[in-house]
Amino acid sequence: MKKILASTVVLMSSLCLSATAFAQTKEIRVLLANHPYGELLKAAIPDFEKQSGIKVNFESLQEGQLTTKLTTEFATKSSSVDVFMTRPLQEGKMFNRNGWYEPLTTQDFSDYPKNVMSVAAAGSAPFLVPLVTEWQVLYYRKDLFQAAGVEVPKTFTELEAAAKKLNSDTVAGIASRGKGAAAVTQLSSYVYNFGGQYIDKGVAVFDSAPAVEAIRYYGKLLGSYGPKGVTSMSWENIMPLFQAGKVAMWTDASVFYGQIVDPAKTQVPAANFGIANLPAGPKASSPFLVTSWGIAVAKQSKNKELAFKFLDWATSKELAAKGMLSNITMARSSVWKDPKVLESVNPGLVATRAYAAENGNPLDRPYMSAVGEARDQIGELVIESINTKGESANLAAMAKDKVGRVNDLLKDSGEYGQP
Amino acid sequence: MHKPSFIEKNIRILFPLPAFLFIALLMIFPIVYTLALSFTSWNLTSGAPMRFIGLRNYGQILLEPRFVDAIVRTLTFTICAVVIEAVLGTAIAIILNRAFIGKSLAKLLLLLPLVSTPVAVGIIFNLFYDPTIGLANFALSSLGLPQGLWVSSAATVIPSLIIVDVWQWTPMITLIVLAGLAGLSEEPFEAARVDGATQWQVLRYVTIPMVMPVILTAVILRLIDALKTFDIIFAMTGGGPGYASETLNIMGFKYSFEYFRMGQASVILIALFFLVLLCSMGIMKLRSSSEN
Repeated sequence: MKKILASTVVLMSSLCLSATAFAQTKEIRVLLANHPYGELLKAAIPDFEKQSGIKVNFESLQEGQLTTKLTTEFATKSSSVDVFMTRPLQEGKMFNRNGWYEPLTTQDFSDYPKNVMSVAAAGSAPFLVPLVTEWQVLYYRKDLFQAAGVEVPKTFTELEAAAKKLNSDTVAGIASRGKGAAAVTQLSSYVYNFGGQYIDKGVAVFDSAPAVEAIRYYGKLLGSYGPKGVTSMSWENIMPLFQAGKVAMWTDASVFYGQIVDPAKTQVPAANFGIANLPAGPKASSPFLVTSWGIAVAKQSKNKELAFKFLDWATSKELAAKGMLSNITMARSSVWKDPKVLESVNPGLVATRAYAAENGNPLDRPYMSAVGEARDQIGELVIESINTKGESANLAAMAKDKVGRVNDLLKDSGEYGQP
Repeated sequence: MHKPSFIEKNIRILFPLPAFLFIALLMIFPIVYTLALSFTSWNLTSGAPMRFIGLRNYGQILLEPRFVDAIVRTLTFTICAVVIEAVLGTAIAIILNRAFIGKSLAKLLLLLPLVSTPVAVGIIFNLFYDPTIGLANFALSSLGLPQGLWVSSAATVIPSLIIVDVWQWTPMITLIVLAGLAGLSEEPFEAARVDGATQWQVLRYVTIPMVMPVILTAVILRLIDALKTFDIIFAMTGGGPGYASETLNIMGFKYSFEYFRMGQASVILIALFFLVLLCSMGIMKLRSSSEN
């Protein structure tokens, strides 16, 4: 009997102890993306835990899965997420409309470009801190340009001429994303430079003459001088071709520069790769400059104080500088002026960023809640245009039909006609 | 007199109860829940509460040309893949069903595609199919044959995916048929040989009819699996180029986890469920008639 009593006492006291320990442990749950900055945060989290005494339970997910997980958890009100990395243009509108972001009223946003903040705030208090920006650039092969006697193109006319001249049986003149929905972001700057837009004041307008002209031009470029099978290519398919020396020019986001010149991954000497502004179109020279990743606190978080501590740490200048040194194009303006940081950043990247920060468009896709579905609709136009080398007789009618469908999506979510 | 306890009295109900609960929770509940969802307006992007909307989702999805295309594609992919796998798998099983040096090694090698992870298979085949730097086109051009676009063209994407499915799943049919062949009694074969039947006649009139129920069982298993194929298609093409390889399962995934239209996605999945059910019932009927 005594034995039973003693063991009960021991058991009870150990349970009490562990309960106290549990109550004292400060924990937060953080969802990170499989992105270089997510990796950087992951590596630095032990330092944060040591400094703050907060235990960070983090999960790392691929971008599409992250959106799906967050949406499902928030919509079903079953989430225990405190802080999460987020893509403002992909999910920002939906998350903000549904009240899933905690407003950020105490943070200082003076260190971020104005056009970057326009999607982080949407007319009210900011709801996310921009982490990484990217802008569209033209990557090119200096050696091939020199051999063919071609200058770096400054306009779309020159771009097409260069693609034609550099195109051969073994090297594609130009590459850009052709895989339906994935191509929509890269097509956006072409649409802007032709004077068009995807959405204007809450109404889909990509059936306008300039937008259709841009889609035709994009299709002609890729259909005539693009790599084989470009309609199934996103950046992950084009990059290995570019690194293998099979492509002369590539228009895509600035974020890939670090990987392109990485000697472990590329077969072409780094000195042969050049980077330039996306050529100007007939109406404008306005490449996208977007916040590809931000970080936010979940509205339903029960640990907001701890969550804000983590947010402030994850968006600090020190980590931003670290990011820059790892070839991540950070959103903070100050790191782009830090001489120590600039020593290790390619001057071409600095110059194209400065140009885009001045002239860039903060959107690279239709900014709406049902963006995934809208991208699929526009993606069909891209594929039709590439398959017909921009000559499709159906393109204008197809664009009109797709605009109708995207407007229906806007109406469904109550965003139609909303600026 | 011994009075039966509660357990003894209800043993007929209690013993199968765990299995019944398991089936009810993990099989019947999801199907009923999906069916219920298909009558609602549930859309995660809107944040609005779920509403009963009757058959509206069915009307919208059934009238969507993309849905009809997806059904045709699902059936084309399944029928082509399963027929090729059944013929090839049976042929390989018959060849392997005799003693030769290296038989164990051949069986082991056959197992390799079966145990490979589908996503890894998808990535490797994508590299193989790459029109510019892939091995497939390199091999074709070395033989002086024209190069193909494989999964990059709407015209060739389904045949290219069928090749991958055949590569991975033919061994499964082979292994099942081999097991069936091993269980056949020797007498009918001896009788046929005594009657002077040629090897071809033995195969055509004795072996194949005797092993047919086993082949059909293997076909049912493959058919159900092929109709639901997701991993390889998703890893290799994501349903593209455009919607050229979008099967019902991929379309259901896109509607649920990319468009977040849970109600409409449920309609697509219910359609897939009935498609699988109908095809399986058809083959099972065929099997029972072949047994008779």
